[in-house]
Amino acid sequence: MRLGLLLVAGVGYLLPAALSSYQTFEFTQVFIYAVALLGLNILIGYNGQFSLGHGAFYAIGAYTTAIMTTRWDIPYGWAIIAAGALSLVVGFLFGLPALRFEGLYLALATFALALATPQVLKYFDTWTGGSQGIVLDKPSVPLGLPISADQYLYYLSLTVLVILLLLAHNLLRGRAGRAITAIRDNPIAAEAMGVNAALYKSLTFGVSAMYTGIAGALGALAVAFVAPDTFSAFLSINFLVGSVVGGVASISGAIFGGAFIEFVPTYAQEISRAAPWAIFGLTLIIFMYVMPTGVAGLIRRVAAALARSMASEQPAPDSQTAAAEAAEGNRGSARAVLGKPD
Amino acid sequence: MAGNDALLVVQDIVVRFSGIVALDGVTFEVEAGKIVGLIGPNGAGKTTLFNCLSCLYRPVNGAITFAGRSLLGLPRYRIAEMGICRTFQNLALFSTMSVLENVMLGVHSRTRTGFLSQALRLPQARREESFIHDQAMQAISFLSLEHLAGHPAAGLPYGTLKRIEIARALAGAPKLLLLDEPAGGLNHEEVTELVGLLREIRDRLKVTVLLVEHHMNLVMQVSDRVVVLDFGRKIAEGPPAQVQRNAEVIRAYLGR
Ligand SMILES: Nc1ncnc2c1ncn2[C@@H]1O[C@H](COP(=O)(O)OP(=O)(O)O)[C@@H](O)[C@H]1O
Ligand SMILES: [Mg+2]
Repeated sequence: MRLGLLLVAGVGYLLPAALSSYQTFEFTQVFIYAVALLGLNILIGYNGQFSLGHGAFYAIGAYTTAIMTTRWDIPYGWAIIAAGALSLVVGFLFGLPALRFEGLYLALATFALALATPQVLKYFDTWTGGSQGIVLDKPSVPLGLPISADQYLYYLSLTVLVILLLLAHNLLRGRAGRAITAIRDNPIAAEAMGVNAALYKSLTFGVSAMYTGIAGALGALAVAFVAPDTFSAFLSINFLVGSVVGGVASISGAIFGGAFIEFVPTYAQEISRAAPWAIFGLTLIIFMYVMPTGVAGLIRRVAAALARSMASEQPAPDSQTAAAEAAEGNRGSARAVLGKPD
Repeated sequence: MAGNDALLVVQDIVVRFSGIVALDGVTFEVEAGKIVGLIGPNGAGKTTLFNCLSCLYRPVNGAITFAGRSLLGLPRYRIAEMGICRTFQNLALFSTMSVLENVMLGVHSRTRTGFLSQALRLPQARREESFIHDQAMQAISFLSLEHLAGHPAAGLPYGTLKRIEIARALAGAPKLLLLDEPAGGLNHEEVTELVGLLREIRDRLKVTVLLVEHHMNLVMQVSDRVVVLDFGRKIAEGPPAQVQRNAEVIRAYLGR
């Protein structure tokens, strides 16, 4: 993981030199989506709670930033932090009653949230500017750095992504992360071990919403514009597809998923206007059936196979690696996580 | 503690499930430092009693007192920190995790650090993490599972999974250990090992054990006292040799 993180950061920080300004913007979006998907992966992949409504938290982050920077002249850095904090609180509060819902019902409750978002944004038009939306100023490049505003946003998003990747990694590998995963695997046993499942699930919902809210804040700055129809239910579905394609129960999967939702619709659009949704739908079905651990799971498996073939001169693989390999399908599988009979 | 050395006092517990009475006024005590066997034919209410002690079920009547405090109405997650850890009749492991990670969860109730200090890897989070690791490894080596520590829990033999559950429960440093049919599915040799293990848990770890088991031989060998349930009622109680000769117990077992 450390190595992967260094790789992402290293390549990421060097990349803009080779990119056109439009490509720079595209990669900025990839990082932003990756942050959003990281939140979704923590919730769905690790905690086993479902959300079809994370677009709402993305919207909260985006509008918090838009309102704070344009109406109140608050520096965007504080606005990003406030967006994360507000999403955390709203996510936590949404998570509390959501404890009553399991599986399908939670999916429906969150989907209702996604459906309501554009309407709510239009309704409170004195704050949100109604359907006209709000135009933001792009953050200016600090310290007289010799880069463009788009490149600055690129570096800003990448830095936020790297920090949030590291925090997620730390969270998930320690005491709290084990408890989060234990709730997914066996809630009754988790409680018997002393895990306050209700609190942990709400907190996880909050943290998940915070990630997606921060992504929304960066998204608003990158596009320099927010409007209600950008935050339709399709955004939430996009996130879900990206999450499954990248690999729900993985941290690195968020980056692959981010790349998928940024690039695939653009290239599919060249085939036909209706193509992106057809391709999204097909991909979702194919991944659920054929590659439930997503791109991240595929890479893990290929790496394990390579490691084994390189060690093949040595004694036959012990039962441990064989079993680890067998368990790979179980660990982090979208089907295991999403298809759990409730 | 009312002047007696009972660690657990179960008083007049009644549990009903739509129509059937699973526990019908059960009363007994578990003394500290003993192994108490809880036996009875299938459906007698043994697991239901465990589930009351775990606060999974709430009895409609009666009282449960542990170390002088009432357990009724406590949230489930508080039970482990009070000092009661358990295993499950039908296994309840965390199937995507390694053996070590499973047992590390046993230490959850004895540790504190939360989301923020974990995410930031603050010094107390690191300290606790190594404490958790040490405690889990101790429980793992007590059960002689060291060679499997990094192994995924899923896919191991049934008898091994039963041992992992015991290790996980012991990692919680309980005062009272509830074992629900630990010998279920074990072969003859494994049952013999279990006898030694149970005695070590009582004598070396000083943990009190409430043992639900069908394997009569095992129960009679290790128990200091035996409580017999049938159709949700206590029909006998006493030293193993005495219970074995009890006419009502023999009828309950032979009558089906
Ligand atoms: N959750 C439940 N819902 C309905 N009936 C139950 C439930 N749990 C146990 N029972 C019933 O209560 C009785 C006692 O079951 P149990 O405690 O599992 O017995 P034992 O563990 O002694 O074999 C049985 O008749 C069983 O069917
Ligand atoms: Mg039972």
